[in-house]
Amino acid sequence: MSVVQPVLSVRDLRVEFVTRRGALKAIDGISFDIAKGEVLGVVGESGAGKSVTGSAVIGLIDPPGRIAGGEILLSGMRIDNLPPEEMRRIRGKRIGMIFQDPLTSLNPLYRVSEQLVETIRTHTNLSSSAARKRAIDLLADVGIPAPERRIDSYPHEFSGGMRQRVVIALALCVEPELIIADEPTTALDVSVQAQIIALLKRLGREHGTAIMLVTHDMGVIAETADRVAVMYAGRIAEIGPVRDVVQNPLHPYAKGLMGAIPSLESAADRLVQIPGSMPRLSAIPPGCPFNPRCPYVFDRCRVERPEPIQQSEHRVACHLYDQSSVRSEAVA
Amino acid sequence: MLAFTIRRALQAIGVLLAVGIIAFAMFRFAGDPVNQIVSLDTPAAEREQVRRSLGLDDPVPVQFVRYLAQSIQGDFGVSYQFRQPVSDLLAERMPATLELAICATIFSTVFGVLMGVYSGLRRDSFLTKVFQTVSLVGISLPTFLIGILLIYLFAVTLGWLPSYGRGDTVQIGWWSTGLLTVSGLKALIMPSITLGLFQMTLIMRIVRAEMMEVLRTDYIKFARARGLTTRAIHFGHALKNTLVPVITIVGLQFGSVIAFAIITETVFQWPGMGLLFVQAVQNVDIPIMAAYLMLVALIFVAINLAVDILYTVVDPRLRTTIRQPT
Repeated sequence: MSVVQPVLSVRDLRVEFVTRRGALKAIDGISFDIAKGEVLGVVGESGAGKSVTGSAVIGLIDPPGRIAGGEILLSGMRIDNLPPEEMRRIRGKRIGMIFQDPLTSLNPLYRVSEQLVETIRTHTNLSSSAARKRAIDLLADVGIPAPERRIDSYPHEFSGGMRQRVVIALALCVEPELIIADEPTTALDVSVQAQIIALLKRLGREHGTAIMLVTHDMGVIAETADRVAVMYAGRIAEIGPVRDVVQNPLHPYAKGLMGAIPSLESAADRLVQIPGSMPRLSAIPPGCPFNPRCPYVFDRCRVERPEPIQQSEHRVACHLYDQSSVRSEAVA
Repeated sequence: MLAFTIRRALQAIGVLLAVGIIAFAMFRFAGDPVNQIVSLDTPAAEREQVRRSLGLDDPVPVQFVRYLAQSIQGDFGVSYQFRQPVSDLLAERMPATLELAICATIFSTVFGVLMGVYSGLRRDSFLTKVFQTVSLVGISLPTFLIGILLIYLFAVTLGWLPSYGRGDTVQIGWWSTGLLTVSGLKALIMPSITLGLFQMTLIMRIVRAEMMEVLRTDYIKFARARGLTTRAIHFGHALKNTLVPVITIVGLQFGSVIAFAIITETVFQWPGMGLLFVQAVQNVDIPIMAAYLMLVALIFVAINLAVDILYTVVDPRLRTTIRQPT
C-alpha cells in the first residue's frame, strides 16, 4: 500500500483565523494520508478542527480563515494553492462533500432533478437528457425507491434520511476520488444513521472512493472507518487503525475518549470523563495542548510541543512514548 | 389551490364591503348631498323632489344596498364640481396614474434588485457605500422635497426635462398613453423617479439583507462544494431565494405607489387620479372621494391576492402547506 500514491495527502497543514487580536491557529500542523477506497475517521470534540480540516481540503474556508502553511495533495497534485476557478472545477468533480444537515443542504426552490442535472452538467459534457438518465441511476444507486418518479420532487417532499441520500447522490454524481463527509449522520434519527453509514461504506467500496468521515460519534467511526485520527485543539493526537485505537488507545486524550463510550458488556456505573474542557483557540497552553487535563502530565509537556511518534501502526503525539523523555523521567 | 384562492377571494370581498360602508358613510356624515346639488334659493318642495328622485328618502340600509349595487356596476354617481359621472372622470384619469405607478415600480424594482444584489455580494466595495448613502437619502427625504429638488435641477437649472404635465399623449381606445411620444416619455422620467425612489431603497435594502442571509445558508455552501460556477450560485440559487420577500414588497408597495401618487402628482401637476382626488378634497366632492377610496381598496385587495398566488409559484413548499387543510 505504501507504493500506491494516496488519494489525499495532507502535509503539515496550518489554518489560521485572522482576528483583530491576531491570528488564531485553528489547525496547527497536521499530516495524514487517505488511500484509495479507505475510510479515515476524524474524531474530536467540537472546535478541535475536524470540520475546518474538511473545509481546507475542499478549499472552502470562509474568510477570515485561511491556509497559513503546509500542502494538500490530491492524487499527487497540489491543490491548496490553485486559483479559485481551477479549484472550483475540482470541487464536486474530484472531491465531493456531504454536510451535516440534509434538511438545509438542498436548495428548497429547485427540484431534485434540477439540482442533480445542474451538477452533472457543470462537470461533464452530457446532454440534459443523458444527465437526467444518470441522475435517475444515481438515485436508484443511493436507494431511493421509484427514482424516475421521485426525481421531479422538491426537497421538502422527502424525509430526512431520503434527503441525505439525495445529498450523497449529489456529492457522488461525477464519481469523485474523495468524499468528505462532515457529520453526515448527526442530524438524522438513530435508525436512519446506520442505513446512511452502510450506504456510504458500500458506495465507497464499489467506486473505490476515499472517504474522510468527520464525526464526534465514536460508534460511527468504529463501524465504518479503516483508520481513525483523533484531533485535539487543532492537532492530531493519535492516528492509527481503528481497531487498535479503539481497543488500545495510546494518547491520554484518546484513552479518555474511548473510556467515555458506554459499553453493554462491562456494567460500569459511571463513564470515565476527561476533567476540564478543550482550551479556546485564543488560549492554547504552551507545550502539549492537552497538558492541563492530562492525568500523566510531567514537566516536559508544559514546555515542549510533542511531535508525532510512530508506535507500531499508530502515530501518537505524546511525550510518554518518547524513549528519551521516559529515560529522563526515570533519572529524575 | 382552488380552495385557497376562493378563501382569499371571500376575504377580499369582506374587506371591500367594509370599505364600501366607510365610503357610503361619507355621504351621510359630510353634509346633506341635496344642499350640494341645489342652489341656495331652491324652495323646500323642489328640494324634496330632488331628494326623492335621488332615493335619499329611503331607509339607510336600502340606500346602502343600492349604492353598492351601483358601485359594482361602475356607477359612482355624479361629481358635484364637474357635473359628470365619476366613473368617466376616473376612467379618464386612470391611465395617467397607472402609467406613472407602473414606471415607478419598474424603475424601483430593476434598480433596487441590481443595487441590492451588488451590495450584498460586494459588501465592502466603494460602490456599495455609494448605494448605501443614496438609499439613506431616498429613505429619509420626503417625496415632495425630492420632486422639487429634481425639478429645480433638471427642469429649472439644466432645462432638460419638463417640470409639469404629461407631455403629448396618444389615445388608444379609451386609454391615453404618454409612452409613445418623446415628450410623454421625457415627462415621465422625473415623476417616476420621485415616486419610485422610496420603494427602490426599500427593495435594495431588503435584497441586500436577504442576499447576505442566503449566502450563509447550507445549501449555498453545498452548491459551492459541488463546484457550481459562482454565477449559477449567486444568480440561480441565491437570488431566487431572495425573491419571496421582494415580491411581497413590490406587490404591497404597488398599492401604496398608487395611493402615494397623490403627492407626486400634485408636485408635477400630473393629470392623474391623485390630482383629481386632491381637487375633490378641496371642493368637498364626496362622490369622487368615495369612488377613489373604493378604487384604491380594490387595487390593494387585488394586488394582495396576486402576491399570495405568486408566492406559490416561486416557493414550492407553500403549495403543499396550502393544500393541507388547516
